[in-house]
Amino acid sequence: MEGQYSEKVMEHFRNPRNVGEIPDASGVGNVGNPVCGDIMRLYIKVDENEVITDAKFKTFGCGAAIATSSMVTELVKGKTIPDALKISNHAVAEALGGLPKIKMHCSVLAEQALRSAIDDYMAKKKAQNS
Amino acid sequence: MRKVYLDNNATTRMREEVLETMLPYYKDIYGNASSIHEFGRLARRGVDDARLKVADLLGAASAEEIIFTSSGTEADNFAVKGVAHALRSKGNHIITSSIEHQAVLNTCKFLEKDGYKVTYLKVDKYGIVDLEELKRSITDKTILITIMYANNEVGTVEPVEEIGKIAKERGVYFHTDAVQAVGKAPFEVKAMNVDLLAMSAHKIYGPKGVGALYIRKGTRITQLLHGGHHEMGKRASTENVAGIVGLGKAAELAKKERSEEIKRLTGLRDYLYKGLTTNIEDVRLNGHPDKRLPNTLNVGFKYLEGESIILNLDMEGIAASTGSACTSGSLEPSHVLTAMGSDPADTQGSVRFSLGRDNTKEDMDYVVKVLPPIIKRLRAMSPLYDEKGK
Repeated sequence: MEGQYSEKVMEHFRNPRNVGEIPDASGVGNVGNPVCGDIMRLYIKVDENEVITDAKFKTFGCGAAIATSSMVTELVKGKTIPDALKISNHAVAEALGGLPKIKMHCSVLAEQALRSAIDDYMAKKKAQNS
Repeated sequence: MRKVYLDNNATTRMREEVLETMLPYYKDIYGNASSIHEFGRLARRGVDDARLKVADLLGAASAEEIIFTSSGTEADNFAVKGVAHALRSKGNHIITSSIEHQAVLNTCKFLEKDGYKVTYLKVDKYGIVDLEELKRSITDKTILITIMYANNEVGTVEPVEEIGKIAKERGVYFHTDAVQAVGKAPFEVKAMNVDLLAMSAHKIYGPKGVGALYIRKGTRITQLLHGGHHEMGKRASTENVAGIVGLGKAAELAKKERSEEIKRLTGLRDYLYKGLTTNIEDVRLNGHPDKRLPNTLNVGFKYLEGESIILNLDMEGIAASTGSACTSGSLEPSHVLTAMGSDPADTQGSVRFSLGRDNTKEDMDYVVKVLPPIIKRLRAMSPLYDEKGK
């Protein structure tokens, strides 16, 4: 199973991009649970033009979970919120050169983490404006 | 880069002596062991000699009690289905444990669909079955108790002698999957109340694709493979002569070196554990502290998931595993650790190091050097580790 990871997955697993936290994040997404073996926490920083200027993550999980976290942070940087919402789990998996079938749920988790972070950002914004 | 193989419970490197013994049977001694001509007789001699050696390693009363199979899994299937079918008119109840290898567990599940009732005994936090529960579970419909000698994931050794005693008192057959125990635990089947015992060649530095089932004389069993009269009418198939000869050689060497190797491996295993606990925080031992295979060390690294540790070790030339190679296609947390009552989050970060005859103290030192920075790096990435201090 481990052997089925693409070069790109292994490369992101070895050198994950954007590991860490953003202390004053505009939005934080938390998905997964330890029973399933994956937890992703995704931080985004959004500027006044609704552009995601920074993204960081912390992940508990397998090689694929770490690689998809790393990839999704790379994909969202520089994107507007509406564009970021278009990033699907398939896009994450594709950018990694594919995932073993049994590990596709990791890309789903990455998409959910992103959506959860954006939801959190929207909720905060709404709270500020009201 | 240094290569350190610590996955000997998955499989072992075949010994040079074993390969040398096998080679002639792939070249010149190619006869069918059932043929009466010289070609056949030479092959037969190889098979007979191997049977004696396996009987000697297991401590069987006679060589006729050894039936060669294609694997440990086949031996387990043969034992469980064979007894279930032979005793169908007597009863339909089988007792096993919740931590068996899939070879037994899934065979039992298959039989359940076929009208058999199966009791899966609970285990304690060390992975040892509850003998009182076993006694309570036996009914007049019970035809077989099948409990592993030692667990493949955590190495815990079950109280097989006591189980055998209970089985005998109650007149129930006892099968034990000893695939992981053979060569690593000193035992003699004739001194135990074991009716059936499964083993595999590739776990004892022999070839893959060959195993054996010990069947105590007089045990009622239905064949799994029907066909010719091979293996004393108990298993049809032209004998895998080279494989069987290889198993015989591996058994001979295992018997000769067993007691020394048990001592040596126990020392190395405990040395590795000490090294890891000295250099890494929050490490937990999975399995029984003493009643454990001499070569098996299963440890949990809190706040982490096992595969990410295995992949990192692999990059450093170290081969270990998260649980059993047979379950690595599954996303479920280990059924063994779960049955032992381990917290699901903790279960995820478990790594099995299984030592073998090639391993040295230097190998252990290498792991102790390489692993702490990996754990540190992964924990820095883990949101669970974050929460630890908060």
